[in-house]
Amino acid sequence: MREQVYTRIGETVWRDTLPNGLEIRVISKPHHVRSCAFFVTRYGGMDLRFQLGGRWVDTPAGIAHYLEHKMFDTEDGNALQRLAKNGAEPNAFTSNAITAYYFYSTEHFYENLRILLEFVSVPYFTAESVEKEQGIIGQEIRGVEDTPDWQAYTRLMGCLYEKSPARVSVAGTVESIRQITADTLYTCHRAFYTPSNMVLSVVGNVDPVRISQIAREVLSPERGEAIPRDYGGEEGPAPVRRETRLAMEVSMPQFLAGYKCDTPPEGPEQLRLSAIGDMACDILFGDSSPLYRRLYEEGLINGTFGGNFDILPGAAYLYVGGDTEDPRAVHRAVTEEAARLAREGIDEDFYQRIRRSAYGQMVRSLNSFDTAAVAAAEGVFHGYDYYDFPAVFETITKGDVEDFLRRYVTEERTAISLIDPKEGQ
Amino acid sequence: MSKTRIPLGDNVYLTYVPAVKFKTDFLSAQFITPLRRETAGLNALLPAVLERGSRRYPDMERLSAALDLLYGANVEYTVRKRGENQLWGFVATCVDGAFLPEGRSLLGELAEIMGDLICHPAMEDGLLRGDYVRSERSNLLDAIRSVINDKGAYAGRRLLEEMCAGEPYGLSRLGDETSVAAITPESLTEHYRQQIASARLELFYCGRQSLEEAQAACGRILRDLPRAGAQAPAMVLPHPPRGECRLVREAMDVTQGKLGVGFSVETEDRDAALVMNAMFGGTSNSKLFLHVREKLSLCYYASSSYHRSKNMITVSSGIEFQNYQKALDEILRQLDAMARGDWEEWELEGTRSCIANGHRSLADSAGRLEDFYMGQIATGQDQEPESLLEAALQVTPERIMAAARSVRPDTIYFLTGKEDAHA
Repeated sequence: MREQVYTRIGETVWRDTLPNGLEIRVISKPHHVRSCAFFVTRYGGMDLRFQLGGRWVDTPAGIAHYLEHKMFDTEDGNALQRLAKNGAEPNAFTSNAITAYYFYSTEHFYENLRILLEFVSVPYFTAESVEKEQGIIGQEIRGVEDTPDWQAYTRLMGCLYEKSPARVSVAGTVESIRQITADTLYTCHRAFYTPSNMVLSVVGNVDPVRISQIAREVLSPERGEAIPRDYGGEEGPAPVRRETRLAMEVSMPQFLAGYKCDTPPEGPEQLRLSAIGDMACDILFGDSSPLYRRLYEEGLINGTFGGNFDILPGAAYLYVGGDTEDPRAVHRAVTEEAARLAREGIDEDFYQRIRRSAYGQMVRSLNSFDTAAVAAAEGVFHGYDYYDFPAVFETITKGDVEDFLRRYVTEERTAISLIDPKEGQ
Repeated sequence: MSKTRIPLGDNVYLTYVPAVKFKTDFLSAQFITPLRRETAGLNALLPAVLERGSRRYPDMERLSAALDLLYGANVEYTVRKRGENQLWGFVATCVDGAFLPEGRSLLGELAEIMGDLICHPAMEDGLLRGDYVRSERSNLLDAIRSVINDKGAYAGRRLLEEMCAGEPYGLSRLGDETSVAAITPESLTEHYRQQIASARLELFYCGRQSLEEAQAACGRILRDLPRAGAQAPAMVLPHPPRGECRLVREAMDVTQGKLGVGFSVETEDRDAALVMNAMFGGTSNSKLFLHVREKLSLCYYASSSYHRSKNMITVSSGIEFQNYQKALDEILRQLDAMARGDWEEWELEGTRSCIANGHRSLADSAGRLEDFYMGQIATGQDQEPESLLEAALQVTPERIMAAARSVRPDTIYFLTGKEDAHA
């Protein structure tokens, strides 16, 4: 275990790499009551096609999320209950890129950690238990289908991408999950739940050495093989469709527009790109931008308006949206403002202000254990150290942000997803 | 952690919680005022209009610029319902000076901004600016209408509205469309003057600064606050039980049905009702989760909440339309199991741990602490998380069963699909 102190932001992180390839990060928080442990695999909704034992395998949409649900089943019952008995609050989530299992607890931390590592590394499914989950996940999918934000997002991804599995919803569809069997779940577990494809990140008032010992005792000494994945290959800059619209039971029109960016780099450059993308959003349409003020005062946007820059496996995009009576006018205004900024340059004072604000927001984000734990894991997967952000910030210039806007936030790269109120409401 | 609460003026108090573990200072100013149909919309609109501009920061761009310079500090208006009071005001945070290049505290400047928003709003001809009032009124109307976009939240809102019709608790924290549409710059300005003069004002600080420094910061908010008269927060009354359970059914073009069940609780042993509810449907290992979801696969979620100040419980779940009766029967069957003491030892142990975690970990979040103490004040209580936890941990199985026996179905709300409307 190696200790590193980050004096500028007041954080201490312990690191370890086990012989089986597992990376451990422990973020020390000596004054907090609660601690949490996140056991994260680099396997998410987009990992549908991959190579295992030299053979390409295609899996149904929604399988990573289905597997997440089923991992809590153990031979002698249910891990959720075991953790709950021990006073832990367990949960899990699946995103496009990762699946994370975690718990928070104020007592019995090390026992709970042992349970977490055990149940995530030992699969136990039966045909019957897999079948039973169809109803639960089916209702989860039905629930999000009634959610306008989800519809707007999923349909936008379908417009932006041609081959990337970003097109596919993380939970899959009621139809796609019917193809999932115990066998396919075992295959995916064998491929992706190996120590060398996982990170254990812990935040709290804990003993890092003991954490590392427990991980050594519980987990397999085998690294597992490296798994090549297919994300559909290089995409062109243009979306496959410019527009999609859907009528739903909503009170007013809403939209989500996306701007397709190039495949993001790995390593420290990814952290840098992410910071540039965030600043570009603040400058283009953030609360203190001239555009925000103008659209707000014209009554075209309200507090729901906003967006961000997002990096997915092999893909990246900038999005913006909200409730508005005139989605197309707002979308056009964003694209035009980006062109203006790229042409005329960003005002120097404004840039310095946003830079300060962005830095403060990153420091502030460290209050959240979830953010700290997940950022540490993603840093491992992509080859950077999130806590290096103060130094990374110093390398970013106004020109970087202008270049970003000039290259990506353009007419050519954009698509819009519209949700309209149903007629006769 | 030791909390201090001190009076800072006429009907004004400060709750101070020292903490070195956060990266930020947390400052809140909340006006606590009785929730009433006539004023709910005014209270909801007021902070939104105040945030649009003040004497020093006449528009949102200049306000944001000032906050950017304070390293992305933020000031956000809040509107909450706690018990039968409405809380409106501002919550502000800034990065603690220890983590900034300059190393100096920003708290005083942040309080100065908050004070300017509260005491010196942008005015024209002695009234709150007409354009700001109209634009925020339109945004508030949009927000009230948009509750329908989130079907789960909508069903929860409708259940409370039906169950607590005639009680302030049935009102929305945002007010209703008709009264909001009728608000004018004149009526809002008059309401503003009355509120800042006499409504209870509760300030809250959590962070590294000393009590004296926090007090000094609050002084910047209070300096120009014209106080006169003192209006107390409303006392909250428990929900009166209904003789017979009522069913309300509504149809919409949705793919999933939303079931809400409201129960009145008759026992006055509220600690027992709290533990009973947690075990029944308040945790991810509760009866509802294990049976309605895990055993019968009827839903993705089924959970219950205990509204302590009203002494009532609400259950919510998302299900297929045709499973209405099955789900409802199972919810009632699990409540009956609670009344009979039909549970395993681990269920009670797990519930106690979960309650303990929830109370102990409040101290790890400044935002949750603020919400906890504001909620205590608004419901006329003065408890610490530790004392509430202590009381909950002492609840015996007998008291849990007795609490469950005093629970009566009161109102059922079902949001169903259009094709299922006449089923």
